[in-house]
Amino acid sequence: MKIIDMSLKELRDAFLSGVLTYEAIITEYLQHIKKTDRKIAAYLYVDSEKAIEKAKAIDDRFKRGESVGRLAGIPIAIKDNIVTKDMPTTCGSKMLENYFSPFDATVVKKIDVEDGVILGKLNLDEFAMGSTTENSYYQSTKNPHDLTKVPGGSSGGSAAAVASKQALITLGSDTGGSIRQPASFCGIVGLKPTYGRISRNGLIAFASSLDQIGPMAHSVEDLAYVMNILFGHDGKDTTSADVVVDDYLESLYQDIKGMKIALPSNYLDEGLAKDIKATVLDVVETFKRLGATVDYVTLKSVKHALPAYYIISSAEASSNLARFDGIQYGFRPEGEFSLDELYKEARSQGFGEEVKRRILLGTYALSSGYYDAYYKKAQQVRSMIKSDFDMLFKTYDLVLSPTAPTTAYNIGMKCEDPIEMYLGDIYTVPVNIAGLPALSLNGGFDKEGMPIGVQLIAPSFDEKTLIKAAHALERGLKDA
Amino acid sequence: MHKTYEMVIGLEVHVELKTESKIFCGCSTLFGQEPNTQVCPVCLGLPGSLPVLNEKVVEYAVVAGLATNCEITEVGKQDRKNYFYPDLAKAYQISQYDQPLCERGFIEVEDKDVSKKIGITRIHIEEDAGKLIHNKELGTLIDYNRAGVPLVEIVSEPDLRSANEAKLYLQKLRGILLYTGISDCKMNEGSFRCDVNLSIRKKGDSTLGTRTEMKNLNSFSSIGRAIEHEFTRQIKILETGGNVVQETRRWEQDKNKSVSMRTKEDAHDYRYFPDPDLLPIIIEKAYIKALESGLPELPDAKKHKYMSSYDLSIFDAEQIALDLEVAEFFEKTLSYYEQPKLIANILISEVLKLKSKTDDLIKITSKDFAGLIKLIDSGIINTSISKKVIDLMWTEGLSAEEIVKRESLQLITDEDELISYIKPVLEKHDKIVKDYLGGKQKAIQSLVGQVMRVTQGKADPEKTLQLIDTLVKKI
Repeated sequence: MKIIDMSLKELRDAFLSGVLTYEAIITEYLQHIKKTDRKIAAYLYVDSEKAIEKAKAIDDRFKRGESVGRLAGIPIAIKDNIVTKDMPTTCGSKMLENYFSPFDATVVKKIDVEDGVILGKLNLDEFAMGSTTENSYYQSTKNPHDLTKVPGGSSGGSAAAVASKQALITLGSDTGGSIRQPASFCGIVGLKPTYGRISRNGLIAFASSLDQIGPMAHSVEDLAYVMNILFGHDGKDTTSADVVVDDYLESLYQDIKGMKIALPSNYLDEGLAKDIKATVLDVVETFKRLGATVDYVTLKSVKHALPAYYIISSAEASSNLARFDGIQYGFRPEGEFSLDELYKEARSQGFGEEVKRRILLGTYALSSGYYDAYYKKAQQVRSMIKSDFDMLFKTYDLVLSPTAPTTAYNIGMKCEDPIEMYLGDIYTVPVNIAGLPALSLNGGFDKEGMPIGVQLIAPSFDEKTLIKAAHALERGLKDA
Repeated sequence: MHKTYEMVIGLEVHVELKTESKIFCGCSTLFGQEPNTQVCPVCLGLPGSLPVLNEKVVEYAVVAGLATNCEITEVGKQDRKNYFYPDLAKAYQISQYDQPLCERGFIEVEDKDVSKKIGITRIHIEEDAGKLIHNKELGTLIDYNRAGVPLVEIVSEPDLRSANEAKLYLQKLRGILLYTGISDCKMNEGSFRCDVNLSIRKKGDSTLGTRTEMKNLNSFSSIGRAIEHEFTRQIKILETGGNVVQETRRWEQDKNKSVSMRTKEDAHDYRYFPDPDLLPIIIEKAYIKALESGLPELPDAKKHKYMSSYDLSIFDAEQIALDLEVAEFFEKTLSYYEQPKLIANILISEVLKLKSKTDDLIKITSKDFAGLIKLIDSGIINTSISKKVIDLMWTEGLSAEEIVKRESLQLITDEDELISYIKPVLEKHDKIVKDYLGGKQKAIQSLVGQVMRVTQGKADPEKTLQLIDTLVKKI
């Protein structure tokens, strides 16, 4: 079996039994990246030398009989909006070209402590704003299933890297669907954990109240393994939750008989591609076969989720991205300017169109005289959506939905129409708005052979139910 | 013209809190260190960094609120105040907008013997910005050491009506804060800064006029001058048929005038919104109670104690109680020599004068001061001589006895010695003597004065008077 085809468990077993060294694993992955990434363009930066060096050091320790961490043997890559000391962090923006952070994100430290080797940094829509990865200043990542199509976004690099076997585990970030939608487009598994599950320390903020880091993988089992490591409270992030972290590997094989699943019927209305609807109904049958019940319900408030999301996320972004002003670090235009001109030039030249659009939108929404009509109202919608989900979870264990209304589309298709692109987030944003955990996994393929994702949503901090159901579904779909 | 108008003043005071570390990170708050040596990703606002609230800041702000009779909120919120400026690393300041920690308080000031309550609108916490340093060769440099130093902003009601009241309010506020130990309130280091909001109206009017905000006030005296100047400026505008423009002005100390910084039209829209990186601040009742019981005896309590126990006037009691150092000095002196009114008199008339002149701590020990009081009280020196003694004690650090001895300043009470000074005076001023004998009673004071001059004020005044009277009548 080829190294890049092995699952996390197989790699760990091979490493721990001495069949494979970490160096061999990393080398194989690096070669595969070299071979494939000219076409895929998932990586913005690959740190071959340091990756091999670190793998060797861990091999040496292991050979000496010293203990090694839980990620030893695993090749990992992370989205380029998570800061790293040893590699640049660009956020896919000209604004942060060659920016080196003086500190590692908490997740990077966790990976390091567990002896995980990070191969490099993955492409994204600039500052995680977008659904196609075309908004990156540097490159447009391709969908490994069809190079003429987008991988989704904003964690398109993270999804494409897993799908093309350039990394076993990647980290993405999800503000309105940025992990789940590309996972859907690329046919892999992606988790947006409960808000507060994974420390945001070191994640360059897009919309602080919605952003969550999450893992992406080939399988639910691989995902569960890293959740055990990445989850947990962090004193450096006040919004990270001090809630018990379950052992998600234990949840994998638990029975789902009697599990009650809700399917919002309004999610299957117009706008949803036929093949996707068929896949969702397939999944319903599989769940039923496994002993779960699936009821059609209505989730009324979600129709307001999209406008509320774009107001809140843009408002927070307008403030979070204000620090990129050409003064302390980052892009600074050539020439002599007054202070106001310097700000104007640095931000006009340093940011791309989509980022500027959202900054303007957010600035407007927060302006005096408009705050109540926009930001405050959006927050009210937010509480409404939260309580709607709360109501639903009084009766149901999970909510099932499509991940996205379409499969991956052609590169260049939606660039010109932001509204059309925003509509693609319709099933994913209510989850961020409500702070819930949700996972996208592959449910089938459309007639062109492009992957179709289905989304499972659980109550806050109940990722174990998510894993249990997702793993059962994953096995059930294989058996069908 | 001035007499038909009154000024309406509200003050915004920024106080740096004396916490060891900054408000959202572990960096030191120490003043005067090398630029940019007390910084980290959080206070530099680097991408990916997050603020974590220093709980000490909440404690100190609540203490400030309790000490100024404020109501303390149960749920506080922190908001972002968005604006671009190079000293503001994140391009927003984390402050509090509509749910400050403390609201609706007051402090009492004593203007002569009249008490006045000045309302405190609110006290909120926020982070300080960095500092721009303009260098002729290098251009503008930024020192972020101060970025993230915790501040409380204390906003008063527009209850003040004169520069003097403003000064009294600030002194009282500063005194209270120094008592609680939450700040060292050093104006010269910027840990106690004040902005003045001022409008004018015709006396008797109840509506408020258009106000201006004055910034860059670095000392009590510039605050006083700025207020007077602004009062006159606004009157001139109204009297010449103009309208006061709502604007922010900057006081230029050297030029003794103010200039406009920005008008309302180009005022910032700060786009306040709740900071999503920070959770609400929950303040438990028990927590407030614990802090309340830990408060020291505050100036007003001391003031009332001095009035009732030592029979001091409200004004004298306030003067002493206002400054913790002075109050402690007063109480310690009392423990050595129990003569409260005399101690209070000399303390206020001499020691406070020297203290404010040198802008320093009291340089005399309370024990030495008690020694001085004893000398006065037992008639060895009088109060006018005591001024000179205190000056020397202050500069040389010696006891009153040592100075009186060295400078031979003790009163001349010996009759023969006094007569030896009086006789030549009487001979020299025979005209005044005749006046006195002719029934001009006041003339004797002039003779006593002459004796005082030749004895450099050391002659015992009462005895001198008696002796002159006896000697003159013998003539």
